[in-house]
Amino acid sequence: MLNRKDVLGLRDMSKAEILEILDTAKEMKKRIDNPELRVCELKNTSIITLFYENSTRTKTSFALAGKYLGATVQDLGIATSSVSKGESLIDTGKTLDQMGVEIMIMRNSLTGAPHVLAKNVNAHVVNAGDGANEHPTQALLDLYTIRDYKKNFEGLKVAIIGDISHSRVARSNVFGLSKLGANVTLAGPSTLLGGLHKLGVNTTSDIKSAITDADVIIGLRIQFERQKTMSFPGVGEYRDLFGINSDLLKYAKKDVLIMHPGPVNRGVELSTEVVDCGNSVINIQVKNGVAVRMAILKLLAKGGEKQ
Amino acid sequence: MKILIKNGRLVNPATKINDIMDILIEDDKIIEIRKGITAETDKTINAEGKIVTPGFIDVHVHLRDPGFEYKETIKTGSMAAVMGGFTTICCMPNTEPVIDSEIMVEYIKLRAKREAFCNVLPIGAITKGQNGEELANIGKMINAGACGISEDGKSVLNAAMLKTAMNYSKMFNIPVMSHCEDKSLVAGGVMNAGSQSQLLGLKGISNDSEDVIVARDIILAKSTGAKLHLCHVSTKGAIDLIRDAQARGQQVSAEICPHHFTLSDMNVVDYDANTKMNPPLRSSDDVMALREALKDDTVGIIATDHAPHGVDEKNCEYDKAAFGIVGLETAFALGNTVLVEGSWLTIDKLIEKMTINPAKLLGIDKGSIEVGKIADIAIIDQNCEYEIDAKAFKSKGKNTPFDGYKVKGKVLYTLVGGKIKVEEGNLNDN
Repeated sequence: MLNRKDVLGLRDMSKAEILEILDTAKEMKKRIDNPELRVCELKNTSIITLFYENSTRTKTSFALAGKYLGATVQDLGIATSSVSKGESLIDTGKTLDQMGVEIMIMRNSLTGAPHVLAKNVNAHVVNAGDGANEHPTQALLDLYTIRDYKKNFEGLKVAIIGDISHSRVARSNVFGLSKLGANVTLAGPSTLLGGLHKLGVNTTSDIKSAITDADVIIGLRIQFERQKTMSFPGVGEYRDLFGINSDLLKYAKKDVLIMHPGPVNRGVELSTEVVDCGNSVINIQVKNGVAVRMAILKLLAKGGEKQ
Repeated sequence: MKILIKNGRLVNPATKINDIMDILIEDDKIIEIRKGITAETDKTINAEGKIVTPGFIDVHVHLRDPGFEYKETIKTGSMAAVMGGFTTICCMPNTEPVIDSEIMVEYIKLRAKREAFCNVLPIGAITKGQNGEELANIGKMINAGACGISEDGKSVLNAAMLKTAMNYSKMFNIPVMSHCEDKSLVAGGVMNAGSQSQLLGLKGISNDSEDVIVARDIILAKSTGAKLHLCHVSTKGAIDLIRDAQARGQQVSAEICPHHFTLSDMNVVDYDANTKMNPPLRSSDDVMALREALKDDTVGIIATDHAPHGVDEKNCEYDKAAFGIVGLETAFALGNTVLVEGSWLTIDKLIEKMTINPAKLLGIDKGSIEVGKIADIAIIDQNCEYEIDAKAFKSKGKNTPFDGYKVKGKVLYTLVGGKIKVEEGNLNDN
């Protein structure tokens, strides 16, 4: 069983822990399609979601994951809570702690916010995305999807393409994929690559070379909302120089997996053709996301060390 | 009132003395220095095995008064100063209201006269309200007792405005103390840009954000002839620029903070905001360049950038946390432990950079133990090993990355104008 209080990122998670989550998720996935299998293992477990940043799929995915396990899932509407009165994160956390919450699932625009929360509450904290730092459950669902199709990670060529520097998904995937033995290349305009080569992965602005012989391509959304000043001249230039279309896809392996954490800017980072092609598993990722989150909630509630 | 300091090793770089000497003080002045003084005294301090140095001078301190008295006051900040062996501290003008007029200078002086444990010299702002738009009353502030001008906390981003201020400041022969930071390049960064910021997912502050302003200010100082002093230099690039300018014969003064020569960005861990300051803890290459610059005298001054904050301003998300750490009560110990024990500097050089060099920058008659001078003196046990305990700080700010850090070198006595403010390592607050 997962021997930790919190799931904050893949940077500090071991290979064994990652594999344990993926294995558990496999069992959980069966329950999504088959309501009869939804045993209420987490009955009486109190879960709260705190989303300081907008989200549809991650929040819903966590909420359903909790409910499929029989837990009580409550959302703290940040806009209508004391947070809007200026309450500090630590005070909000301690308040919820006193109300008997066992698992807090937080998204926050500030890097390290879940780590600060985790240090100050007894409850388990699950990071649902912090700033441009980590998004561990997204990376775990990506890993789950890749393993489902490719069986193992050793030597796999994975290209992550798009808005790398603003992407917590890219970072969590880099940590996870590297631990599992995959060969990761990050690609995009030089202004969106940041200094990620310092994490020990390949970076390039040559999309064709990144795609050539790739086993997996993960497209990332251009996060217009996080760009204080535009890092490239415009959407049109981005699509022409860095967008992935069917022509480029020919350079990848025949059985390449096309993935994307969503939401997709169709016709920008991926052409519509590519999004909807036979190699695309973008929709399957969503289902796997629920499974992975069920696994994490179950492992934390059943085995995780509580403070 | 006569005090005799007996058998201590006098380390006085201004007169190049490093020898066992007795020092006799009468009232506020030093009246005799030689071996084997015997005199009728009111108090004799046995300094055997200890070093006796001029009281330290810190050209860069934030006392937070007025406006932020919950962080620090002139009283608590000066208490911290004397605990660290400092007898003169210069306070930066980024208070609320800003020290940008003679009235504010008078306020600081009045407060200091009432409650300070050491000498406090106000630094005036360069522009009104530190808004970068209109010159502050520089001449009136200097006449009222300000020791220099600075926009510390930020740069004067309009080059023409700074050039005018530099040109104007020449009339008063005061240092223009420049905080070098191009905000557009910092762009919301919170720690040094490098592999550690990548690992932590925190937004980085690149070296070039400091270097471009250092280059600009050196160029403007050359064209105006102003007395430029660069605050808290933290990058190798800045050091190279200073060294080049000096090689061309330009007078450029600079200071380095103890945290910058002690820690690197690898010490930023667990999102602990006590490692967050501006400029940030840089790479180990930068740290080595700073130590080299102190060693070869490119940089002549050690200053703390003492920046106290309230508990909640640090115990929060890293991005939200305030920049800055306290430094007055740890400065000498870090200098002695890192620079002297690490063979970068002799003890004489360390003392020089904390006493006579800052005195020369400010143009004040301090920083040297000589007959006839005011008795601002520190007595230090250079070999005392201990762990830094933030809870014991006299500063209101406990925000330090050095809590629990093992150091060597403890201030036992601090005399300000012949009055014993620290005795046996304890504050004398009656």
